[in-house]
Amino acid sequence: MNDVIIPPLLQANPRLDQWVRFAAPGRVTVSTGRVEIGQGVLTAMRQIAADELNVSPERIDLQTGDTDLTPNEGYTAGSQSIQYGGVALRLACAEVKRLLLDAAAARLQAPRGELAVSDGAITRAGVPTGRDYWSLAPTVDLGRQATASVPPKSARSEIGRSAPRVDLASKVFGEPAFMHDMTADGMMHARVVRQPRRTATIASLDEAAIHRAGKGQVEIVRDGNFVAILGSDETIVDAAAAVAPGHVSWDGIDAINPGQEEARWLLQQPSIDRNLGPEPVDPAPGQARYEASFTRMHIAHASIGPSSALALYKDGHLTVWSHTQGVYPLKAALARSLKLDPAHISVKHMQGPGCYGHNGADDAAADAAVVALRRPGVPIRVRWRREEEFGFEPVSPAMLTTVRATLDDKGRPVDWTTEIWSGRHSSRPGGGGNLLAAEALPNPPPAPPPADPPESNGGGGTRNGEPLYAFPAKRIIHHLVAETPVRTSSLRGLGATINVFAIESAMDELAERAGMDPVEYRLSVLADPRATAVVAHAAKMAGWQPGLPVGSGKGYGIGFAMYKNRAAYCAVVAEVEVDEAVRVNTIWCAADGGLIINPDGALNQLEGGVIQGISWALKEGVRLDHAGISSRDWESYPVLRFSEVPEVFCELVGADADLPPLGIGEASGGPTVAAIGNAVAHALGARLRDLPLSRERVMDALLKA
Amino acid sequence: MTAFTVNGRAVDVSAGDDTPLLDVLRNHLGLKGSKFGCGLEQCGSCMVLIDGAPEKSCGKALSTVAGKSVLTIEGLGTPEAPHPLQTAFLDEQAGQCGYCLPGILISAKALLDKNPTPSRREIALALDDNICRCGSHIRILKAVERAAVIMRTGR
Repeated sequence: MNDVIIPPLLQANPRLDQWVRFAAPGRVTVSTGRVEIGQGVLTAMRQIAADELNVSPERIDLQTGDTDLTPNEGYTAGSQSIQYGGVALRLACAEVKRLLLDAAAARLQAPRGELAVSDGAITRAGVPTGRDYWSLAPTVDLGRQATASVPPKSARSEIGRSAPRVDLASKVFGEPAFMHDMTADGMMHARVVRQPRRTATIASLDEAAIHRAGKGQVEIVRDGNFVAILGSDETIVDAAAAVAPGHVSWDGIDAINPGQEEARWLLQQPSIDRNLGPEPVDPAPGQARYEASFTRMHIAHASIGPSSALALYKDGHLTVWSHTQGVYPLKAALARSLKLDPAHISVKHMQGPGCYGHNGADDAAADAAVVALRRPGVPIRVRWRREEEFGFEPVSPAMLTTVRATLDDKGRPVDWTTEIWSGRHSSRPGGGGNLLAAEALPNPPPAPPPADPPESNGGGGTRNGEPLYAFPAKRIIHHLVAETPVRTSSLRGLGATINVFAIESAMDELAERAGMDPVEYRLSVLADPRATAVVAHAAKMAGWQPGLPVGSGKGYGIGFAMYKNRAAYCAVVAEVEVDEAVRVNTIWCAADGGLIINPDGALNQLEGGVIQGISWALKEGVRLDHAGISSRDWESYPVLRFSEVPEVFCELVGADADLPPLGIGEASGGPTVAAIGNAVAHALGARLRDLPLSRERVMDALLKA
Repeated sequence: MTAFTVNGRAVDVSAGDDTPLLDVLRNHLGLKGSKFGCGLEQCGSCMVLIDGAPEKSCGKALSTVAGKSVLTIEGLGTPEAPHPLQTAFLDEQAGQCGYCLPGILISAKALLDKNPTPSRREIALALDDNICRCGSHIRILKAVERAAVIMRTGR
């Protein structure tokens, strides 16, 4: 018992009844701070609780993401819901079941070991005892502290089953399942006229012109540099909002350099520099060396639906409904920004369109809250416009990653450096960032100091900067660039996408120099047997053949990483054809996520990561002009379309129930980008080091070749 | 007042002639299934059938549908009587966040109404006006193939 480690999430939410309650006969209320963002977590959490409590999943009423009701689990992000949140929930359920069985044993004067639970009913030697969770629960104090001392059971019923998604049917039938579909009596629609830059101040505002555009049916809410248009008719409010930016002029806007679209500018910027790992050493004279640099542009989350929120300020209490990834951090940020007592704020999660990281959701919630505070009793609904989402959501920072290695006489690295230049990967309101509305209100908060997610949380720019390969010396040099032309924050994979692309591109070039096949070369420097198994499995799925001709126009490539070096292992093989542009024909993906709660859900996440990875690799890059982000629609920010999607085959390997679950939601993106990069190099006989691998860059490479 | 038919029901809507059909559906008629994605006719989240043809309702003025018949996701099927496409999408678990699905289901219906035996390529091309950002494409393509089989064979 002395060895029991209470997981941090259970320490933070220590009462068992924060996780499990028996509120109504035959029902089990299960609470999780994790929220559904399209990744299927509602389904998986229900399976975990049903399995551990021995009740049918249909009995479970799931509460998620509500500051009045659920545990505080921070953000639903980083592929951590199952790996950490699910583990905490499972331990809580195991302990609750044990307490109820103890109560039953006392009542029945039977040894606990003879009792079992069948769909909530207590049985003894398979025979019903007449007792069940619901009759016993009032006699047990579930308000007690969790001890994490009851191990989860080993025989499983629900865990490991491909249960269908609990939320999908409502969406397929067009029911109002989303934040965006929520309405309230007396609701008014608001649109914000966005401050172009945090330092911008209003020089003039032609309110009359906006009123005319709103057919006299809109109000203007202004406080400092915060301007919102408000009305009962969404169509009219939208029409006024569409022209409103032309009726405001701003001071304090410094033009930015559109050349900062591409990542090379990062090299000239002031940065916070760190060396993670052994001190760099100069290679011995004559020692073979490798060095290459890789870049990518800023990437947008580009959610299919622009951010939305609803807020109501009534009787001194502010309630905000939002598709935020973190209800508690948003609540704290609202309290701070709006000078409110947190006790007088509730934040309730509603499902939204997929976000893939920190997009406009929190800012839209703040917009709605600011207006609601000025219109007590009126529910205020905000829905960002498309150009607003593209233009003002935080984007994933442009990055430059340089790989340097010194090699032994067999061409294998003995000393490896990944040197990374990047803007920040977190400006979440709970991670040192500001809400946009707060920056427009009087007395705006100071600019957030440069910061990045710590390595203890997987790192930001440094994520997957250290290869998993068994090289004798490995280090990361990180340059956190303080000033970026646009606001940057977390996007699925964070720095891993470019770092894995860089490392795996280097691995292919090193394999070539060593005269080895890329798969064979990787296997020769992998020490972790689970990693080896995943690489070998992906190669087998693809029917990998060493020695295929280079520069034929058709190519194969492999990419591998263990996400954050502590979540799922994932290897991807890509087959591409390249003429003037890159076409991906087939992707094979193998992943080891340890204990899998829902195999189909895990595969769905891997497939989604693969397809998003193809889109990042081939098409995506935020465009800038002197005013900021200029790619504000789907034509200037194209993403992968149906006719461009290849065949995708994903398989789970080594799903060993004795191993803890490893987060899988972000595992496949980096390896996919890397595999495509290597396949393109194989097809062309020339390597492209700058993402995206667009038609222009391919043509450029062909001309230079 | 503009009179037209939505999901087989005659409606008479009092709104400006230039009101986008999407706003009419969502705000005047309470049909929240069709989604706002861009308002620029670029993403297909708002796709409906107008007299059987797929159209982006964000760019269709109310006046243009006078006397016409509009089908939205709510008219495709119900949990009790699902359209084969809805059955197939659930069978294939074809979706992640699900925000794009109503528009995609409508585009797929338009295809299957014209072409009951589409190839994978024909399905992909028919869905090219619809964006899915989560990467559920493979499952969606399989689901449309499965729906075609259900519609031909009854199972």
